[in-house]
Amino acid sequence: MSLSSLDIQARSASTFTPPRVRRTLEIAKLIDVSRCIGCKACQAACMEWNDLRDEVGANDGIYTNPADLSDQSWTLMRFYEEQIDGQLRWLILKDGCLHCSDPGCLRACPAPGAIVQYSGGIVDFQQEHCIGCGYCSTGCPFNIPRFSKKDSKAYKCSLCSDRVSVGLEPACIKTCPTQALSFGSKEELRAQAEHRLVDLRERGFAHAALYDPPGVGGTHVFFVLPHGDRPEAYGLPRHPRVSAVVGLWRGSFAKSLGVFTMLAVLVAGIFHYMKVGPLELEEHEEGEDR
Amino acid sequence: MSDKAYPVEARPRYDQDPNLVLRYSQAARLAHWAVAVSYLLLFFSGLALFHPYFYWLSSLYGDGSFMRVLHPFLGVALAVLFCAYAARIWRDNLFLPGDRLWLEHSIEVMSKRAEVPVEGKYNAGQKLMFWSMLACILALLASGIVIWRPYFAPAFSASIRRAANAAHAGLAFVMFVGIGVHVYAAYWTKGSVRAMTRGYVTRSWARFHHPGWYRKVTGDVSTSPGKGNPA
Repeated sequence: MSLSSLDIQARSASTFTPPRVRRTLEIAKLIDVSRCIGCKACQAACMEWNDLRDEVGANDGIYTNPADLSDQSWTLMRFYEEQIDGQLRWLILKDGCLHCSDPGCLRACPAPGAIVQYSGGIVDFQQEHCIGCGYCSTGCPFNIPRFSKKDSKAYKCSLCSDRVSVGLEPACIKTCPTQALSFGSKEELRAQAEHRLVDLRERGFAHAALYDPPGVGGTHVFFVLPHGDRPEAYGLPRHPRVSAVVGLWRGSFAKSLGVFTMLAVLVAGIFHYMKVGPLELEEHEEGEDR
Repeated sequence: MSDKAYPVEARPRYDQDPNLVLRYSQAARLAHWAVAVSYLLLFFSGLALFHPYFYWLSSLYGDGSFMRVLHPFLGVALAVLFCAYAARIWRDNLFLPGDRLWLEHSIEVMSKRAEVPVEGKYNAGQKLMFWSMLACILALLASGIVIWRPYFAPAFSASIRRAANAAHAGLAFVMFVGIGVHVYAAYWTKGSVRAMTRGYVTRSWARFHHPGWYRKVTGDVSTSPGKGNPA
């Protein structure tokens, strides 16, 4: 949804000057994995607020349910059983859009305004402009966008931009019973997370770390990971970045080269015709047969 | 004002005019123009998806969503039509010994500083165009299938789709340059547009541009091979 009370700072496939009269607070959601008990209340709250109902699937032996993110499930508790330091660890991660500062989806999107980034950091899909091409999912380093079978459009977590725009916290934050989720100024949350990391390290989680990947300019959903040296164990890429292929294919160099090529072909044709002239038979040659 | 129709001097039909030679059959011309129309529709929609400055071209198709749905189907149509066309003409596009001379002097030929007698129905430049367009179309088809939502794309990983997307865009520009050269060459070589639209060329045109082919289709060996001087 387009929300005029949130300033847009980036818009897919558009050249525009973002409004700058306001200085907006950089906001974020901090997911403290060490506090999460995997109750899935956030999943239920997300469904409720966004009015989504995923299909009832089949149990395939693990707690993760539904099996994957979808157009109807914008956030998903993923459960992993990992052997860490000789101990079996049950890891839980609330998966969903990380709201990158440098969003690969937005860079790849060819439809003007189908993906916007608000000045606070929220990356939002505007389905009314989405054409369903799937470029966003090739641009995303976290495999987040999902497509509806009904309308072929892309959906993902909006960080409850509609709630945030009127000063409310996202639905998942509102419902979390263990304060594993916090929402607010990114700067303050980072300080809160650093504090938490000290606690965790004291409690024996020597590798506890913040997951705020710099490869995508940092994210507006970031994690405290008790086993921060092994993000892969939580299903998170170690060094996520927007692929160089996306930079090449959707970057201004390729676009300019494309336009230049088209003009060059046109200009070359005009010049050649002016300089060389048409290839035609001489009058008398054409006349020989008549 | 006369109430009588004026009689018109009887003119021979195209296929009866002894001065004309059939160069492209009706089926070949229909296939050619069907390919041309689908290419144009593909080019405009592809350009709209490639560069946001040209997104307005999506209004030609109603809206962006419909354009996105249409594009791959048009692509398959073009590939099928082109391959059907290619099945008829590929033999005429096999390189002959004489093509080497044309290729060696292609710059001089294009700047009208030299003429090279052509052995077959097509000159070496046309043959080169044929094979490169065939390769482009097959590669565009393959990369397009990889990124075709919702039917095939979900079967491929994001990194494969990224590579296919980039390759698809790159190949499209190679093809654009090829088509640009093709369209210009047809406009530049006076008489070819009529061959592509009505199918016929004059005997002198055929003798001048494609003397080998002219002798083959007319059995006319009396004329010297080509008006042009061998380079």
